[in-house]
Amino acid sequence: MNERPIERLIRPARLQATILSSTLLLISLPAFAGLGEDVSSVQADQAPMQGALRTTQTQSYTVHEIQAATGIVVREYVSSSGKVFGVAWQGPWPPDMRQILANYFEAYGQAAQAQVNARAGRRPLVIEQPGLVVRSGGHMRWFAGQAYIPEMLPRGVTAEAIR
Amino acid sequence: MKMMGMNEAMSLAASVALLFFVGCGGSSSHSNTVTPPGGNVQAISVNAGPTGNYANGAFASVTVCAPGTATCQTIPDVLVDTGSSGLRVLSSALTVSLSQQKAPDGNPVVECLPFVSGFTWGPVQTADIQMAGEKASSVPIQVLSDTDFPIPTACANLGSSMDTLSALGANGILGVGVFAQDCGGACVSTGSSNPGLYYECPASGCVVVGEALSQQVQNPVALFSADNNGIAIELPAVSAPEASLSGSLIFGIGTQSNNALGSATVYATDANANFITTFKNQPYSTSFIDSGSNGLYFLNATITGIPVCPSPDAFLYCPSSTQNLSAVNQGANGSGSGTVNFSVANANSLFQSNPNAFVFGNLAGPNSLAGFDWGLPFFYGRHVFTAIEGRSTPGGTGPYWAY
Repeated sequence: MNERPIERLIRPARLQATILSSTLLLISLPAFAGLGEDVSSVQADQAPMQGALRTTQTQSYTVHEIQAATGIVVREYVSSSGKVFGVAWQGPWPPDMRQILANYFEAYGQAAQAQVNARAGRRPLVIEQPGLVVRSGGHMRWFAGQAYIPEMLPRGVTAEAIR
Repeated sequence: MKMMGMNEAMSLAASVALLFFVGCGGSSSHSNTVTPPGGNVQAISVNAGPTGNYANGAFASVTVCAPGTATCQTIPDVLVDTGSSGLRVLSSALTVSLSQQKAPDGNPVVECLPFVSGFTWGPVQTADIQMAGEKASSVPIQVLSDTDFPIPTACANLGSSMDTLSALGANGILGVGVFAQDCGGACVSTGSSNPGLYYECPASGCVVVGEALSQQVQNPVALFSADNNGIAIELPAVSAPEASLSGSLIFGIGTQSNNALGSATVYATDANANFITTFKNQPYSTSFIDSGSNGLYFLNATITGIPVCPSPDAFLYCPSSTQNLSAVNQGANGSGSGTVNFSVANANSLFQSNPNAFVFGNLAGPNSLAGFDWGLPFFYGRHVFTAIEGRSTPGGTGPYWAY
């Protein structure tokens, strides 16, 4: 984990700082929205994931981080309008890709397969399509990746932030 | 060339001409010799593979037998992968009948194994495995098949199946990495911490099951009666693209005269089989060595300043001229340190200028979130050791890499 320690503030701060607030919940999780989905609209539909949820807010987006009991960490990056514009994951195994990519899962699967068929060989995956970027790598017992919708990145936010 | 016994002198002499032939053109700064096959030495070859288009794939033949019988089959073109553990064979490449592993309640055990670009699915079966003069008895392996058992939803949700020759680019994968089993302790009991790799599959449908360590798909080297603490891979140096390259997969570390560590530096891995690579003064602690990756994959265009190739090949680097770079590898525990010099060529130019070549020492691409992935080109001109977790060697207890 390359993540820096995140300051935990109890009160709902409204500071002009990069990190406005951070909360850590060790309870049964609420919903988890997939890429491109609206956070509030899917909450009722999603099966709870078991693990710890931590929410971090920056000036231009909110990060929902879920650490599952498997050791898999998923972070979803939510815009001020409530849309998930990016997801990142790391851990000993990959997450449920259909859940985190949602409506982009089919495009992901087709692009991954097309790439293998075009150039045989095992390597990190890089999908750069209009409307969808997926990058992932790793090996048995270590996987890491990111997916985002380029058009939905908030102003001033780069792909480097999604990790 | 390592020291070897008198009884190997004849086979060595017979191999010298071949070795010089395959090694010609190699750089002078690296080890350019490989140990001849026999005893604890399995021949490997980097070539186009069974699909005829695989770049930088190291392949070996593996003999599998129905347990306790002489009913055997030698499967060619199995990818040698230090980035995973366990033998996986395409059902379509298997002609010998193996034993199906059963859960305590009698239901067949089937595995879903995640890879970066998808998953493999299929029954866990038991085989005796032979390579060179080594044998492992009753080894759980995975037989890759989409049709023997229906793919569970949770498995299909990982991406695409790799259970065909075209998707795998090989007849199977020989995982000889640092782990003794593919999953380890996380899969032993069911519950929220189980990643869901092992299933039992009654007719009513597949459900996740706890799988004892000894029942999990095993690194076959760990079950050899001797030379079972790890491996070395030896491949000659490569200075220009070549059609093929011959090398050796040597079993054991410090167990024979041909597998001594010698002057190799030991780099310990962490529990996830990663170590530290530092590039431009920035350490990346999720880096790794992996013969099953077919290039040198590292960082991204923003950090390296090297452009990726035009679509649809954005998974490779395409600099306008070959870039000579260096990085420093270090054990996960801080021990061991060594500089690696490497080159990044324009991948499109490599392929277009060398349509009949499948060995590229400077094929590279990005690896945005996982540090450095030192793939097969890293092995060219080196003797790279992989020590299995918990096994003692003259260089200490595994897991580690040494070169």
